Amino acid sequence: MSTPARTANAPSKALLEKIFRTAYKIRVFETEGIKLYRQGLIRGYFHPYLGQEGIATGVCAALSEGDYIASTHRGHGHCIAWGADVKRMVAELLQKETGYCKGYGGSMHIADISVGNLGANGIVGAGTPLGVGAALAAQIRGSDAVTVTFTSDGGSNNGTFLESLNLAAIWNLNFILVIENNQYAVSTRIEESTREQDLYKRGIAIGVPSFQVDGNDPIAVHDLTREAVELCRAGKGPVLIEAKTFRHMGHHVNDPGKYMPEDQLAYYKARDPVDRARAALLDMGGAKAQEIAAIEAEIAAEFESAVEFSKASSEVTPEAFREFAVGY
Amino acid sequence: MAMREIMYRDALREAIDEEMARNPTVFIIGEGIAERGGSYKVTEGLLAKYGPKRVRDTPIAEAGMIGVGVGAAIAGARPIVEILYVDFAMLGMDMIVNQAAKFRLMTGGNGRVPFIMRTQGGAGGGVAAQHSQSLEALFYHIPGLRVVMPSTPSDAKGLLKYALRQEDPVMFLEHKHLYMTKGLVPDGEHIIEFGKADIKRPGKDVTLIAWSNMVPTTLAAAEELAAQGIDAEVIDPRTLVPLDKKTILDSVAKTKRAVIVQEANRRGGVASDICSIIQEELFYDLDAPVSIVAGLDIPIPFNLTLEKASVPQKQDVVAAARRVLHADPIELAAE
Ligand SMILES: Cc1ncc(C[n+]2csc(CCOP(=O)(O)OP(=O)(O)O)c2C)c(N)n1
Ligand SMILES: [Mg+2]
Repeated sequence: MSTPARTANAPSKALLEKIFRTAYKIRVFETEGIKLYRQGLIRGYFHPYLGQEGIATGVCAALSEGDYIASTHRGHGHCIAWGADVKRMVAELLQKETGYCKGYGGSMHIADISVGNLGANGIVGAGTPLGVGAALAAQIRGSDAVTVTFTSDGGSNNGTFLESLNLAAIWNLNFILVIENNQYAVSTRIEESTREQDLYKRGIAIGVPSFQVDGNDPIAVHDLTREAVELCRAGKGPVLIEAKTFRHMGHHVNDPGKYMPEDQLAYYKARDPVDRARAALLDMGGAKAQEIAAIEAEIAAEFESAVEFSKASSEVTPEAFREFAVGY
Repeated sequence: MAMREIMYRDALREAIDEEMARNPTVFIIGEGIAERGGSYKVTEGLLAKYGPKRVRDTPIAEAGMIGVGVGAAIAGARPIVEILYVDFAMLGMDMIVNQAAKFRLMTGGNGRVPFIMRTQGGAGGGVAAQHSQSLEALFYHIPGLRVVMPSTPSDAKGLLKYALRQEDPVMFLEHKHLYMTKGLVPDGEHIIEFGKADIKRPGKDVTLIAWSNMVPTTLAAAEELAAQGIDAEVIDPRTLVPLDKKTILDSVAKTKRAVIVQEANRRGGVASDICSIIQEELFYDLDAPVSIVAGLDIPIPFNLTLEKASVPQKQDVVAAARRVLHADPIELAAE
């Protein structure tokens, strides 16, 4: 079960471009966002998705309108891949009223339920039952929508993982659980937190079709997710996907990550998901170098204008807040 | 007595270190507490000193961690389970509420659960709704638990050492803003029994009752009141369960006015319970209704200005004290 079935058809140029755009947009968002953090414009937690872009990118490219996602504390990439407006994301990080949550939520709580994004989460492992709940609601409504929960190696050791995946299994829900196995929970190595480090095997034990994929290969992630969606729609869900990956830096902006072995970091940086998405668009998609340059310039400009927009936005006033608090 | 000035986090470490040296059944588990020394550096150096059997990193598995702590305590060990944020302790509530708190009674007093959960709460710094709560009232409500909320390095050390020598489950609630605060701690063996409030500032005009991070806020308010000619007494219960009612009531009987300050939101809070105790015992001695300064009944927002608006500030305490003293002229409504 660990070998994903690859789709027969080569990916279209349109798909490859979409994948590159998304992966690159996440890269820019995180890299530039960290700069804003260092300038003191962002407070609190900021967990960068750098190095893991291939997963959100590949998964979301295989989903459709009407589907749902639930995310983690490391959630910026999932939002962007789901099509979020970078302006409103930056505004949220800058605690502005124009942000997705009006500045009430911040980095760990960006959500947009109007488009099926159940949101990031400050509680490790909490997105799994919430996602199963969304899949259950879809089943009850008679919809064939699929829900994807992104979770983590850390989240897979929490009790919520087994309880909720098992519920999804006995109820045949259209649910895909994606474990982003970046092999660390803050500074704790996966070898210290579980004996069996191939996490997809946990799904097999409860009868859930389970696969492993190179999380730094966005095309492979996309292809596997499409298979998973088809399995769900054929009534064979839920599906568990383990995507192996690695962070490019410490756990959050203020963690230097000195405990991460240099050779392992170098190994994964040599398999950079954004570089691979770019190479795929060039090689498989036949794009020209100047097309790529134009996409990159466009995304950089989009981020810059998002920062301008956010800086110019105002914050919710204490008076408006007190009004919001009435009846709580 | 000789004293040293050390940080709150160092005082906690000294307590754990001394008790681990004294009692080989004391052990500590938590996320990132061993190799990394903990997110607040409380456990730094303990792995090197006591080894991986007694200082263990765990996966992210709060229900399991708290549960195995309770089980180990029942079976004769002295576990300390560190939970990164009190918000995450919610994942282990069955083990706290249905197991740890009940075991002594259900066994007719034969079984004891000397289990310690160390964790931290409080707002500050934009960590938003799921990392900012003050949840002491949840534990306060459950018979069978001890609830400890030290505000100074000295109290942190003395109370943690006592916790490791008594026989009941302890919710040891630290505050994220206190770890790097400094204070004098006595040299040598330093133990503080539960149920003994501390008068942090003596005074005669009004009694201000506060715990955890509201103590520094309230002391600052008392200084401002002093400049206005009002002499406030500041009482820190230090342990909410057991509660030292006598020290509180003696003070209020003297000043005839009380303000209770809690960071937690007001509804169903510990302040309301202390207020009910005061009015029941001292109703006819009071010169003003007891006042409560508390957080708003709303989750803590990410936005820093709104976060600040959600929890009591020094000025709120000053205003409440002036109110119970009728220190300001009453504003008459316009005709
Ligand atoms: C229930 C819970 N416990 C602990 C934490 C604190 N915490 C935040 S992120 C993190 C590590 C997460 O590691 P992992 O789940 O592998 O996700 P990654 O950060 O690697 O993406 C921890 C311990 C939390 N947010 N929620
Ligand atoms: Mg991880």
